[in-house]
Amino acid sequence: MSPTATRPPARSTAPSPRLDVRKTYKLYIGGAFPRSESGRSYVVTDTKGRFLANAAQASRKDARDAVSAARAAFPGWSGTTAYNRGQVLYRVAEVMEGRFDQFVAEVSAAEGLTAARARATVAAAIDRWVWYAGWSDKLAQVLGNLNPVAGPYFDISAPEPTGVAAALAPQSSSLLGLVSVVAPIVVSGNTCVVVTSATRPLPAVTLAEALTTSDVPGGVVNVLTGRAAEVAPWLASHRDVNALDLTGAADAEGVAWGDLEAAAADTVKRVLRPAGTGTTAVEPDWTVTPDLRRIRAFLETKTVWHPKGR
Amino acid sequence: MPLFEYAPAPESRSVVDIHSSYGLYIGGEFVDSAGDTSFKTISPATEEVLADVAEATVGDVDHAVKAARQAYRGPWGRMSGADRGKYLFRIARILQERAREFAVLETLDNGKPIKESRDVDVPLAAAHFFYHAGWADKLEYAGLVPAGAGLPRPIGVVGQVIPWNFPILMLAWKIAPALACGNTVVLKPAETTPLSALLFAEVCQQADLPPGVVNIVTGAGDTGRALVEHPDVDKIAFTGSTEVGKAIARTIAGTRVRATLELGGKAANIVFDDAPVDQAVEGIVNGIFFNQGHVCCAGSRLLVQESVHDEVIRKLKRRLTTVRVGDPMDKNTDLGAINSAAQLDRIREMSGIAEEEGAERWSPPCELPSRGFWFPPTVFTGVAQTHRIAQEEVFGPVLSVLTFRTPQEAVAKANNTPYGLSAGVWTDKGSRILWMADQLRAGVVWANTFNKFDPTSPFGGYKESGYGREGGRHGLEPYVTLGDVQ
Repeated sequence: MSPTATRPPARSTAPSPRLDVRKTYKLYIGGAFPRSESGRSYVVTDTKGRFLANAAQASRKDARDAVSAARAAFPGWSGTTAYNRGQVLYRVAEVMEGRFDQFVAEVSAAEGLTAARARATVAAAIDRWVWYAGWSDKLAQVLGNLNPVAGPYFDISAPEPTGVAAALAPQSSSLLGLVSVVAPIVVSGNTCVVVTSATRPLPAVTLAEALTTSDVPGGVVNVLTGRAAEVAPWLASHRDVNALDLTGAADAEGVAWGDLEAAAADTVKRVLRPAGTGTTAVEPDWTVTPDLRRIRAFLETKTVWHPKGR
Repeated sequence: MPLFEYAPAPESRSVVDIHSSYGLYIGGEFVDSAGDTSFKTISPATEEVLADVAEATVGDVDHAVKAARQAYRGPWGRMSGADRGKYLFRIARILQERAREFAVLETLDNGKPIKESRDVDVPLAAAHFFYHAGWADKLEYAGLVPAGAGLPRPIGVVGQVIPWNFPILMLAWKIAPALACGNTVVLKPAETTPLSALLFAEVCQQADLPPGVVNIVTGAGDTGRALVEHPDVDKIAFTGSTEVGKAIARTIAGTRVRATLELGGKAANIVFDDAPVDQAVEGIVNGIFFNQGHVCCAGSRLLVQESVHDEVIRKLKRRLTTVRVGDPMDKNTDLGAINSAAQLDRIREMSGIAEEEGAERWSPPCELPSRGFWFPPTVFTGVAQTHRIAQEEVFGPVLSVLTFRTPQEAVAKANNTPYGLSAGVWTDKGSRILWMADQLRAGVVWANTFNKFDPTSPFGGYKESGYGREGGRHGLEPYVTLGDVQ
């Protein structure tokens, strides 16, 4: 027998394409990346129906865990100095910039955008994050007041974060819309639980990775992928949630935003309604320059009196 | 301490002319209700019937909303801010000119001491109109819209529902900012205290306010519901119970009707061991016994540091023996009548529950009038966090006393209710005041004072005490619109 007959086939000298290491897309709760406690996942595809990933499908229990994490993170996050909070949030933009190409690929696949338009969208998302981050140490001056009361009192009003906010992220704009909802909630010191777009959840998980590597304390932002119709009712009625952002109710399958607002009434939650008229909800045009209203929707005004005297 | 005897010093009621019956104020005129139901408003101090007042029906409310819409589309909507301001200045001046009349009427209808209606309610109501008058032509400076975006726009027709504890003052808190921002209003006063709102209608007539800008519909819960559910009301402003506030929020859920809610409270009044005790005792008394405790921001939970508990309670009890309970029309009266039989029942029920749950009840010796609705100033000591008296709003002259050892414990106990309207802090240590003010989850924090109000000072709650602010620059925001949020 010729020795060549038993030799294994010669290795090709041409390099084979490297088999890529795929990411497991999980939830982001309390600074960790757990799977759904329900054990469920669902198929996420691009706009042409090609498989992208199996995302975790968040459950009621996941939503409750996320609220607990957000509540636990609230004293620390709201207690940081505004300067520090601004720096930490600016750091998120730095890390996002470093993952620019990854975001472009994910946004492009999720939203069916050309590479050029996806790049513009990611750039706008990072710039928006920077814009909101810069508000942290200006809000008290712009929204606060020394009140000239008719008496010998020092009387001052200043904004404070409302507490834990639950937000429905937009269904369509998977990153720019998401950032435009989350950043104004957390910049003032709120913590949040955000339910991502059901069909376009992947950029949100990557944003969570940017958050966790940016010194944003665990629990400040909690990301639930899955169906808003399934988890939002539990967030709307949860007694430890102070505010509800329904922006993402537009085009969310099975979500009636009026029902969620009604559920929120039992605990006097602050509710930011979706854009639109009447009962219809439309997703905002995220390219429009924002103003302070999203930040204000999640603020309380505290007024402090003290007598003056010799 | 001897209780000095005072000769009776009754305020004269001749200054006020109460009609035997009142219609509704719609479109600038007093009109009869389309229905034939009316109710009697009585003096809670004597149970004397003061007047017969129309109960507005669904049709009446619709009529009022149409009048308000017409005024909004017509003269008021087209008017310059400067002219709107001038009308508000006129109203402020007329309120000042007729201040005694309003004070007497308020005390008769509500039961509060004349010295409070005379020195607090009516002057503050006038001040609210005066303050907001000046805003009417300066709204672009209020920082409500981004720079360069022009004038903030009014919302439209506002339905306003107010409580019985500060009738004319709550009316001013509601109407003044709404009109300054260019809205028109339909206001429903509380069913037990409608008279000062109806007198205010005369003020609007004297000021030549265009018809329909202010409409007053009297009635009870059904009238309020008709207003809240009316499809052509653009915004609801409500002050009252948390229960009704939640119902309003449910009613308008899923619509584009906006709301501000000023709801209940269970404020902690926190006394540290370094506080000037005599001042703190005055603050405790003012905090819970002002206006018979019918105050949403009343300091109904005294949190006193354990080391000074006995001294504070001893001095508090001594001070309470000098509180004069009785005829609200007497200028020396400190504590007047409970506003209604129903409220008296509620206070009695909650006090009974507090005793059953183990709290110790104390009231100073005091003679209560035989007619009318009366409750003595009452202090419960030995109250635990879990007692209902420490968690639920009583809305009466009833104080619960709890103790704490550390500032952290005081904060934890103070914040441990679903409410978050107000809080008080008494200490001589400046850094502690500021730290406490940061930690307390409440819309108003009074440090070394309590129950102070001013038109320039934003007022409103955290958590289940409601949302939105009244007063100051912040109080304008709920009355303007800027379109969709981007």
